[in-house]
Amino acid sequence: MTSSLLFNVTTIAYLVSMLVFFAFLASRVEKLGTLGSLTALAGLVLQTGAIGLRWRESYQMGVGHAPLSNLYESVVFFSWTIVLIYLLLDLRYRYRVIGAFVMPFALLGMTWAQLALQSGIEPLVPALQSNWLLYHVVTCFLGYAAFAVACGISIMYLVRDAAGEAAAGGGVLASFPPVKVLDDLNYRAIMVGFPLLTLGIVTGAAWANYAWGTYWSWDPKETWSLIVWFVYAAFLHARITRGWVGRRAAWLSVVGFAATIFCYLGVNLFLSGLHSYGR
Amino acid sequence: MNNERTLPQATWDFFCSLKLAMALLLSLAITSIIGTVIPQGNLAPQYLESIGQTKFRLYQALGFFDMYHSWWFVLLLVALSVNLFACSFKRLPQIWKVMTNPTLTLDEGLKKSLGNLTTLKVSGSAEALTERVAALVAAHFATPRTTEKDGSFHLYAEKTPWCRLAVYAVHVSILVIFAGAIVGSLFGFKGYVTIPEGGSASSIVLRNDTTRDLGFSVNCEKFSVSFYDTGAPKEFKSILTVTENGRPVAGLEKVPVIVNSPLTYKGITFYQSSYGKVGQHNFLVSTPEGGNPVQVTIPSEGAARLPDGSEVHVLEATQDVGPFLPGKTGPAAQLEMHTPTGKTFRIVAFGNYPELNREAVLREGHPAFRYLGGTEGMYTGLQVNRDPGVAIVWLGCLLMVVGVYVAFFMSHRRVWVQVKDGEVVLGGNANKNPAGFELAFDRLVQQLKGELAPGEEK
Repeated sequence: MTSSLLFNVTTIAYLVSMLVFFAFLASRVEKLGTLGSLTALAGLVLQTGAIGLRWRESYQMGVGHAPLSNLYESVVFFSWTIVLIYLLLDLRYRYRVIGAFVMPFALLGMTWAQLALQSGIEPLVPALQSNWLLYHVVTCFLGYAAFAVACGISIMYLVRDAAGEAAAGGGVLASFPPVKVLDDLNYRAIMVGFPLLTLGIVTGAAWANYAWGTYWSWDPKETWSLIVWFVYAAFLHARITRGWVGRRAAWLSVVGFAATIFCYLGVNLFLSGLHSYGR
Repeated sequence: MNNERTLPQATWDFFCSLKLAMALLLSLAITSIIGTVIPQGNLAPQYLESIGQTKFRLYQALGFFDMYHSWWFVLLLVALSVNLFACSFKRLPQIWKVMTNPTLTLDEGLKKSLGNLTTLKVSGSAEALTERVAALVAAHFATPRTTEKDGSFHLYAEKTPWCRLAVYAVHVSILVIFAGAIVGSLFGFKGYVTIPEGGSASSIVLRNDTTRDLGFSVNCEKFSVSFYDTGAPKEFKSILTVTENGRPVAGLEKVPVIVNSPLTYKGITFYQSSYGKVGQHNFLVSTPEGGNPVQVTIPSEGAARLPDGSEVHVLEATQDVGPFLPGKTGPAAQLEMHTPTGKTFRIVAFGNYPELNREAVLREGHPAFRYLGGTEGMYTGLQVNRDPGVAIVWLGCLLMVVGVYVAFFMSHRRVWVQVKDGEVVLGGNANKNPAGFELAFDRLVQQLKGELAPGEEK
């Protein structure tokens, strides 16, 4: 059994889960929703095993390190955190239909990683040889994943809101939670993501200070993480400002996730800076 | 008072407003993008290479080449600080009052405003019931305060009132981080030093190109680079010794300094940052026929200029070419030469084989180089910093992380009870997460019901 095989099975599980959620969305058969969540859970368990296995494989190769060191490993971990956050939300609030809008993100990540990215286990370059790697990457990605879930929920909000009351009577939209609930869930997901992002930025600053002697150098990655932080800080303040609840808040959440994705991928692909090992 | 606000009042309200906070946060987010697209802190010619003169002037006037320190970006940060301070200052007294001087009685007005309100019918006199209810509320929620008013007894109990302050702690934490950054820039410095293997340095070059004495010296005993089998770098390591007054400092002798493991002495920290070769190489340069021989010395990572204006630098050099070219002996070097006419030559210069040197010369038409040998060693490049503001910044970060957590996940929960003869009225609320509080409140009501009138439960 290799980690690579397990990652492929994981990808298939996420695909199946997404399709089942789509069927649930169309049919509103309760059992399909449960099946979608259970498939996602099975995928998560498989992927957890695969990540652990890859970790072990790196030690067998003599270059042991947590599998969080390059683009492939980070995309795989991102998918893992998205499914984890979604399932925690599902456990708590049981709005299964959200899976149809969140699982595509996880599937997209896994597919991209498995088909297009360099998946070889590489030894760590000197800059990454630190325990901070684990703390920094884990907190950042859990935060990113919560924002991905919030973005999925916001898209649902915008779709539901655009359709208006007329569409609420039947069809696909009828299985959506009410807009008020979506608005609240959006807030709850960001409430999880924001402290994690804050912690991710702080651990990043602590690491930068330890390794380079500067906790903040306005490197594009640092700056973009701050941009994301500003957008979600604005979102949190929007909730207590008249006229900014609902649709505008949903848009802010979508913009916030777009900024998150640029911070994660765009900076590495289009801009140069200190985080160049993520290419 | 008339409805017209005075100017100071209007200004104050403006700085207290949430709208300003939103506008500032979004402006900071949008403007910050500029500095991630335009490289920061390059030299003018580098910019002129990629953008035209007009754009260059415009960007320079707007401070885009060092935008995070430009007047308008700093102004945005100052405005954010004022906004944070003003809105905290405005709202804090009310919050403080809620925390320290709560409403102790459950009167009719309060009853109407509470989302959670239940009336229990229980037998017993008000006084006897009050005692029992107080004990139960203390056991299941928090110790209540009892007040008597208009013939009935009122109990008030609360949990974690201080978490209302968390939002302000987060606001203050931002100001603390700014303060740390200001302290760092006023009383700290950032510099750089290169030390050859076996050499030492007692001063560093700061970012503004001035020199600063350290008050002690740092010796580089050894520098080494190791690689993985894949060719990727594995470790950059300097072995450093700190000496003061001519004597090594105890505990700081032969300390290995690698990336992610710096060395600190007297608040000054040395970070492994770069490395390179230092030394010089001697060449005999002549016409292809061997005429007009001139000796030229080229530094390891520098260049030398020949009389005709050509620039030459050493790409690689060895004192024994044997391992690379079996059967050959003596020194050899690879050079790169740029002529004033824009031609570039790659030249291999041997020490012991003038005829090989000549062959290339006749083929390519550049001057003849003979490598006479040289000395070469490694140097280590260290980033050197002192930042007394770092501790303040970490304090701010800690306050922010704890504050954000408390602000999101804890709430000020309050329970009021009014006790009359044969009747107990319970009300409660929380400043956050009403759904979560409702569950807790219902549980409390059930517990009270069960214990005040056990018979009725079944």
